[in-house]
Amino acid sequence: MTGYILQRLALFIPTLILASFLAFAIMRILPGDPAIAMLGGAEGSFTQEDLDVVREKLGTNRPLHIQYGTWIRDLFQGNLSESYFFRVPVSQLMTDRFPVSTQLAVMALLLSYVVAVPLGVLSAVKQDSWFDHAAKIFTIAGVALPTFWVGILILFVLGNYFNWVPPLDYANFWENPLINLQQMIFPAVALGYFNTAFAARLTRSTMLEVMHEDYIRTARSKGLKEAVVIGRHAVKNAFLPVVTIVGFQLGRLFGGAVVIEAIFVVPGVGTLLVDSVLIRDYPVVQAVILMIALIVLGLNLVVDLLYGWLNPRIRYA
Amino acid sequence: MLNGLPQVSREGDRQYLKLPWYSRALSGIADFSRRKPLGAIGGAILLILIFISVTSPLISPQDPYEIRGGSILAAPSSELLLGGDSLGRDVLSRLFYGGRISLYVGLVSIAIGITAGAFLGALSAYFGGKIDLVVQRFVDAFIAFPGIILGLAIMSVLGSSVNNIIFALVLVLAPSAIRTVRAQALAIKEMDYVLAARALGAGDLRIVIRHIIPNCMAIFIILFTLNLGYAIIVEATLTFLGVGVPPDVPSWGGMLAEGGIAYIKDAPWLAIAPGIALSLAVFGVNLLGDALRDVMDPRLRGT
Repeated sequence: MTGYILQRLALFIPTLILASFLAFAIMRILPGDPAIAMLGGAEGSFTQEDLDVVREKLGTNRPLHIQYGTWIRDLFQGNLSESYFFRVPVSQLMTDRFPVSTQLAVMALLLSYVVAVPLGVLSAVKQDSWFDHAAKIFTIAGVALPTFWVGILILFVLGNYFNWVPPLDYANFWENPLINLQQMIFPAVALGYFNTAFAARLTRSTMLEVMHEDYIRTARSKGLKEAVVIGRHAVKNAFLPVVTIVGFQLGRLFGGAVVIEAIFVVPGVGTLLVDSVLIRDYPVVQAVILMIALIVLGLNLVVDLLYGWLNPRIRYA
Repeated sequence: MLNGLPQVSREGDRQYLKLPWYSRALSGIADFSRRKPLGAIGGAILLILIFISVTSPLISPQDPYEIRGGSILAAPSSELLLGGDSLGRDVLSRLFYGGRISLYVGLVSIAIGITAGAFLGALSAYFGGKIDLVVQRFVDAFIAFPGIILGLAIMSVLGSSVNNIIFALVLVLAPSAIRTVRAQALAIKEMDYVLAARALGAGDLRIVIRHIIPNCMAIFIILFTLNLGYAIIVEATLTFLGVGVPPDVPSWGGMLAEGGIAYIKDAPWLAIAPGIALSLAVFGVNLLGDALRDVMDPRLRGT
């Protein structure tokens, strides 16, 4: 197991460094000068002096490797420079916004597994029944409907029939958990629908595979009740591949959270990212995308290690 | 493709091969539709989308850019079948033109992204060693950024335009294609016919182009269709957020952004029409992709 952990870490660290480099490079190497974009984009609407001032502030007038080095050094010191628009340290924006998005993502993930696992197991056990077909329509729709369209639909139904509009001010979970949960549940449902559908499909197909294994036949032939066969023997084994996609799922949830937060006006990191992209607040964009990549990579590492622990065959592969 | 087909005699095979290519193609399509009716429905939806995109200037009842003061937020009627938008433009015509953009951006970005990704993946697997290690770390680093996040970041620097969104989508799509094709190519590399080619004196490039890539074709076609739906969604999402296709160009994501939230109570058709069109297109492409995957490579089922 130690060897396996070391091997995973040996792959994790260079990937981490590369991801930080990418977050940096997108803002610097791609054609398009952030300084010009921040000044409004049109030629002639600013003087060379303005441009020099903004470049100096952004640090883009220095050589690339020095810029990257400074950025990384500042990162380790917890100093993420300052937002151009909000005029506050980026680190403060992050500590304000990330908990909200994390709560949204975790709620969506929990909701999706609470629905997806029973749905997938039942439709595999009752393959080709009306339940299976209904579940299939539900999951096909979930995979095909774009997340932001689901969000708009939920908003439409809630607004027209229940007179519910997104709150202007979201309550803090720690201060007012009940109201906070009431406000967050709809964005979480909208965000989690895709994952629910995806996880339900996966659970169904792995369950179908497992149900044909020899040990299931053995369990049945020694006279175990069907509920025990499914609960103790089948679901346990079918669950493994479903666990491995948690990392991938959370990554996707952070991507989807961006639009869902924009639609439901949730003050999370998604709205922060969209706002900063639209007003070209590059230090914020750079910090936010790096943070999200770190979370995704970290989660994947945890899932890898967990998987190696659960499934010894992986460790020695 | 062969397993599952009805067994035919050698004479039957010979007769079949004598048929002209179009009747062979037709019988292939008929066979596919019989075995995978859902896939055929998906294919039909894709064909309708292609038809609308190609003929949108002919079949659109109105000019999609024309601003009419009289039909601002007009409800659907016999004159404007899907009503008018906030500037009085015809929603149906904009819907047709929007399909054109979605399909164009999706197809071009897929064609470039998946092809480049497949080629890199095949090379990475074939040469292995340090090249493979470096390419794979890059892939890991790219995949750490969720597609929409990466697209947003790229578009924030490039600015919104149709070509820029294609470029962003290529960067979003290629890494996962590299990874999938690499896994397939690693298996093919160990096949006896690759060894035989090498024994005959074939060079690296020849082996990659003549043996590895053709044997990755099935996975390539599957990646192509399955990612088309994803590309259409990412484009619509970025446009919805205001960084994709420029706002004056009719696109489904843009129409949803204009009508989606501001007019959802007073003029719900503004959001419902493009939303349904978008969902149907993605749904059709996914159905076709799933069916092709089951037929061409049953091992990938459930992925």
